[in-house]
Amino acid sequence: MAGHVAPKGLYYIVFLALIVGTVLTVAVAAVDLGPLNNIVMLTVACAKALLVILFFMHVRWSTRLTWVVAASGFFWLLILFSITMADYMTRGWVQGTLR
Amino acid sequence: MPDFDAEHFPGPIHRPPLVANVDAIQPGVHAEHPHHPKLQHHFDDMAQQTEASALGMWVFLVTEIMFFGGLFTAYLVYRSANPTGFQEASNHLDVIWGAINTVVLICSSLTMALAVRAAQTSAPPKVQVGWIAATMALGAAFLGVKVVEYTDKFTHNLVPGPDFVWEGQYTAAAEMFYSLYFAMTGLHALHMVIGLGIMAVIGFMAWRGQFDEDYYTPVEVSGLYWHFVDIVWIFLFPLLYLIGYHYGAH
Repeated sequence: MAGHVAPKGLYYIVFLALIVGTVLTVAVAAVDLGPLNNIVMLTVACAKALLVILFFMHVRWSTRLTWVVAASGFFWLLILFSITMADYMTRGWVQGTLR
Repeated sequence: MPDFDAEHFPGPIHRPPLVANVDAIQPGVHAEHPHHPKLQHHFDDMAQQTEASALGMWVFLVTEIMFFGGLFTAYLVYRSANPTGFQEASNHLDVIWGAINTVVLICSSLTMALAVRAAQTSAPPKVQVGWIAATMALGAAFLGVKVVEYTDKFTHNLVPGPDFVWEGQYTAAAEMFYSLYFAMTGLHALHMVIGLGIMAVIGFMAWRGQFDEDYYTPVEVSGLYWHFVDIVWIFLFPLLYLIGYHYGAH
């Protein structure tokens, strides 16, 4: 009984992907792409986080229950972001309300 | 007194005594049901015990996500209020130091994963301790870079408060940006310091040869924490250092 033992090679590949992602983010950030800059940096960051969670944190080989708990954290984070911004971004839309 | 229904109450309920060394009180109790010395009686087997620990750690990490999430929300609100001001402020952070620290933390995540793997494969204690020590060294290097960066902010009057000086166009947004910079990287650095403390304990346990393929839960769970702190930085780096980078570094 030792859980799932991932091959060392896999860890090195994930590590390389994380380094490539970092280099890519810095390279893209140096160019002005307008709103695309944010989209690219956040997409790369999410991909990097996903790699760490799936492989380094073993969620890839964990039970469904662990998977659901991990995903719920990020789901609630999205709720936090979206409902907060739904407030801030719509202030002043109706005349006479708080801005 | 009515008889107990034998089907539902097959016998006296087995209650293991709440003491660490059961064998001292009930000699031979483990001869009847031998199990791994690290297996606690409320778990069926080692696999279930390990899984329960990892799940418990994930529940804690979910609260950590929401903990940092509050700061990320504040960042989102104030940045959307003045995106240009935040970009101008971000331009004064040193992308080189930020990128170096990102690479340092990714390396530390790799050594952490290999430390867990070493325990999982019953590697000799010195190999396990080696990977844990490497993780700690990289974590310390990260904090060292952070000291250099913070010192630079103090000498350049970029610390929010009465001494804050901003030569750009958006002073209020810049001060808010640096407030968030110190709050977010500060909370992250605090997690790194705590992580180093945890690793010191885990390293000591590994050095005493406590971990093998049957029992490595403390390394696994500490690893989850360490990787989580790495993930926070993966988001902090672009959101703090890179949003104004295309204006040309200072």
